[in-house]
Amino acid sequence: MTELTLVQAVNRGLFEAMRQDPDVLLLGEDIGLNGGVFRATEGLQKEFGAERVIDTPLSECGIVGTAIGMALYGLKPIAEIQFMDFIYPAFDQIVSELAKFRYRSGGQYPCHVVIRTPYGGGIRGGLYHSQSTEAFFCHTAGLKVVVPSTPADAKGLLLTAVHDEDPVIFLEPKRIYRSVSGEVPEGDHRVPFGVARTAREGSDVSILAWGAMVPTSLEAAAKLADEGISAEVIDLRTLVPLDEAAVLASVEKTGRAVIVHEAARNAGFGAELAARIAEKALYSLRAPIARVTGYDTPFPYALEHLYLPTPERIESAAREAVRAG
Amino acid sequence: MVAGSHPKDIWATATRADGMTSARVRPATVERGARAPAGVPDARRVEAYRWMVLARLVDERCLTLQRQGRIGFYVPLEGQEAAQIGCALALEAADWIFPAYRELGLALVRGVPLETLFDQFIGNSGDVLKGRQMPNHYGYRDRNFVVASSPVGTQITQAVGAGLAARRRGDAIATIAFFGDGTTSSNDFHAGLNFAGVFRAPTIFFCQNNQWAISLPRAQQTHSATLAEKARAYGFEGVVVDGMAIDEVYRAVRQARERAVAGDGPTLIEAQVYRFGPHSTSDDPKRYRPAGELEKWKQHDPVAGFRDELIREGRLTVQDDEKLWEAARAEVASAWKTAESKPPVDPLSFLDDVFAQPTRELEDDRRRLAALLAQREGKP
Amino acid sequence: MAGSETPRPETSVGRRTVPLSATVEDARRLFGSDWATVVARAFRWMVFARSFDARMQGLQRQGRIGFYGAATGQEAVNVAVGLLSRPEDWIAPGLREQLVALVRGHPVSSYVDHLFANARDPALGRNMPCHPTARDVHYLSMSSVIGTQITHAVGLGYALRLRRDPGVVFAFFGDGATSANDFHAGLNFAGVWGVPVVFCLTNNQWAISQPVERQSATATLAEKAAAYGIAGRRVDGTDFFAVAEALRAAIGLAREQKLPSLLEFVVYRMTPHSTSDDPTRYQPPEFLAAAAAHDPLERLGDWMRANGLAKAAEVETVRADCDSEIRRAIESAEAVPPPDPESLFRDVRSPLPKERSRSQEVS
Repeated sequence: MTELTLVQAVNRGLFEAMRQDPDVLLLGEDIGLNGGVFRATEGLQKEFGAERVIDTPLSECGIVGTAIGMALYGLKPIAEIQFMDFIYPAFDQIVSELAKFRYRSGGQYPCHVVIRTPYGGGIRGGLYHSQSTEAFFCHTAGLKVVVPSTPADAKGLLLTAVHDEDPVIFLEPKRIYRSVSGEVPEGDHRVPFGVARTAREGSDVSILAWGAMVPTSLEAAAKLADEGISAEVIDLRTLVPLDEAAVLASVEKTGRAVIVHEAARNAGFGAELAARIAEKALYSLRAPIARVTGYDTPFPYALEHLYLPTPERIESAAREAVRAG
Repeated sequence: MVAGSHPKDIWATATRADGMTSARVRPATVERGARAPAGVPDARRVEAYRWMVLARLVDERCLTLQRQGRIGFYVPLEGQEAAQIGCALALEAADWIFPAYRELGLALVRGVPLETLFDQFIGNSGDVLKGRQMPNHYGYRDRNFVVASSPVGTQITQAVGAGLAARRRGDAIATIAFFGDGTTSSNDFHAGLNFAGVFRAPTIFFCQNNQWAISLPRAQQTHSATLAEKARAYGFEGVVVDGMAIDEVYRAVRQARERAVAGDGPTLIEAQVYRFGPHSTSDDPKRYRPAGELEKWKQHDPVAGFRDELIREGRLTVQDDEKLWEAARAEVASAWKTAESKPPVDPLSFLDDVFAQPTRELEDDRRRLAALLAQREGKP
Repeated sequence: MAGSETPRPETSVGRRTVPLSATVEDARRLFGSDWATVVARAFRWMVFARSFDARMQGLQRQGRIGFYGAATGQEAVNVAVGLLSRPEDWIAPGLREQLVALVRGHPVSSYVDHLFANARDPALGRNMPCHPTARDVHYLSMSSVIGTQITHAVGLGYALRLRRDPGVVFAFFGDGATSANDFHAGLNFAGVWGVPVVFCLTNNQWAISQPVERQSATATLAEKAAAYGIAGRRVDGTDFFAVAEALRAAIGLAREQKLPSLLEFVVYRMTPHSTSDDPTRYQPPEFLAAAAAHDPLERLGDWMRANGLAKAAEVETVRADCDSEIRRAIESAEAVPPPDPESLFRDVRSPLPKERSRSQEVS
């Protein structure tokens, strides 16, 4: 066990994966010599060489397209998209190709590419360095969507992603890259997909969150406890596959659900969660499902503190749910 | 990583093209401007220098302000002043500028007041963009200066579209897209230049090749010898100019503009410059730049170089120069002071401008947020 | 079921073609002492393809298959790549390169199963016709999205080089694809990396209704290679020998030096873009006349007759043989039922631990 920040844990995970398997290689912009703009790939090119840690030309389309070709041949490419906001030139490759190769070839050409990308707001990044558009990818059959919120999970989920057989969109909450730290197991530490984590146990209200919203929700839960409200915080860890059982079990226990995400509300992944709860646990509910989310506006620069869900907004939604019944 | 030399001449043996060239395929028509225009005109040379000095000083000031936490971010242009000011002076005010995020020189010459720029860097109540964008991502409709975004290259296709629209309206203007060496790899570079070639758009593609796309050196960006020659792949002319020499830039842009307005189609200009500073305040070039490279390029500092030229031409004395710097410094300081004293942007304003008319949901959001803010301030 | 209703390919008797300039010596230099056999094989595959295209277009009109994109007019390119590539090589196809898979040994019957989208289709009937997957001959699965395979080919080439494997990747695309994102990204990455990829640009002069001169303002498409610092060459894609010679050079560059190149094969699209297209809306009638003069099959047949291979160039004999093979494949494929409905849910992701979902617990 070592105490690491989240970004350091990603870095250790990449080191581990590349040591384990010579087929693992990285490609992306500024990841080699520069160690990545967030330093997630620090030291990797030095250790594994420029053939396996590739600084590419400035083309996300090229990065993902060539990564797919490498994967078709059996390599295990991990592509880095510098910011999630810059993934769209590669959207065609991700949605039309990566997600569909296995299916359209009747299983003959599995296409295992991991795409790592920092996402989310709170770093004064404005419209184009702040987006959380996980819902686009959750909506595309054939992609797995993973969002760690702790250093241990960052490493463990990353290694699972590398050893998975499917395309994985691995979203790294950049706002908490350095602000959270924790013990991270050494070596081949893996955290399975589709298993949520109970970040805090509680009995009055379930707060469902992922990524950078987990620490924010925990902060809210701590404050709610002072008022005598016992909030349970579920960290989903992977949105696809979803640990539906854990979500339903928690909501059935507390009878109240508050869903938190920083993405815009309209058709966000919270809508999927709300639908599943309504479909399968409606009769356990004691209050309407609540969503605390970003607004349905592009992500602003100067006022990002108002855009992002805060503990205050989460507390208020939880309080209202408890008051309702 | 970079492959060995590519033998471009392996196809020297003649191909058997028996009747191959279809009559429908016409050769690329590239016409050169009738006569090469001169450099920056006499009457504007000292003005040009003053803009360069001002740009240099804004850079200097903003890098400090960012370190002090008074602005959140900054993209410097140091080293690219001649390319930008030379280009800006060669354009007409009616020409539409599609900038990337490093085009301070263009904004200054277009007449955007320093204070307005600083308002944007802070994102305060004076900011036309209402604090929505990171610093440097500004745009001013009244200056025909389109708002920038962070994804690289997207402005290139937009500039082509605007050029075609202008032609359709009968407006004799050029549109100009700004981008760097890295952007030549982007989707929009390819689509934009191809469309411009096919439709003969009145568009200038102004590539400031500052040798580095963050940490990727030019040689690893593409295997072509120059960036300008990529224009040939789209059937029009590309030219390489020394971007540290303002007159060369002016000439090339003037010529490209004449061609565009005359209906002779687009031009790609590769202005070879060097980024003296970091990519942005989030970047540390010491991690990737080879030792001595910066020093080598600094010997061609465009500001110092042009000052010496003006002194040689007898348009400027050392005393004038000192005064000019002093006045510019005072101008920057005063504009900053005014901008910094302005109140912050209206907190509810970020809910505006999503659509022409707000949706019912956004109106609800506005009411709820107003209540929350009032509650925070202890109001009922 | 078949036979009499087979639509015949248009006859070309009495038509003048542009003669091929290769000599027997050229053929020997290209294909060795066995050149006559190779040429006869090539001719047989071209006749096969011509018959196959005609037959399948007929089946589509009868509603027996859902769609078809013929490659009539570009057979010389497909046959030459099929014959000159090696088993360890890879094919990243576009819409019209199924013949490459067949020449490389993919069973005709399996391709016909795909066209009928039946239960024997290796891809379980998931794709439109003409989008086969043939892993047995290293033929990638294609999507309908234009150009995306170009970057795949470059990544694949990188993987081959990294593993020190000997293969070469052939990336196929058309004139329209030169405007696509992946053309730009793919050729740029290929130039920077140095990868064993032959970019086979089949310029059939039409992107559905858009003529090539409206696709790009350049005189040729091959010259675009210079923008990426790689070799480029324009070739008469209806001249089997010219195609083979250009391919030899490009394959050598890829195999020996791990370097990419762009070959622009100029051909004539002799049929509509697909069965959903009507070229009379946009194509000048002169085009088809020019196309007829550049019919790769006729040009090769004329050359064979002039160079002592008249017997192997007897179209009717060869065609009868091909037709019966095609007929057998159709009869067999049509008798196979559609894919199992359950197959709809297979291959969305790897068959690994299931999601912890209530619905699965219940069902």
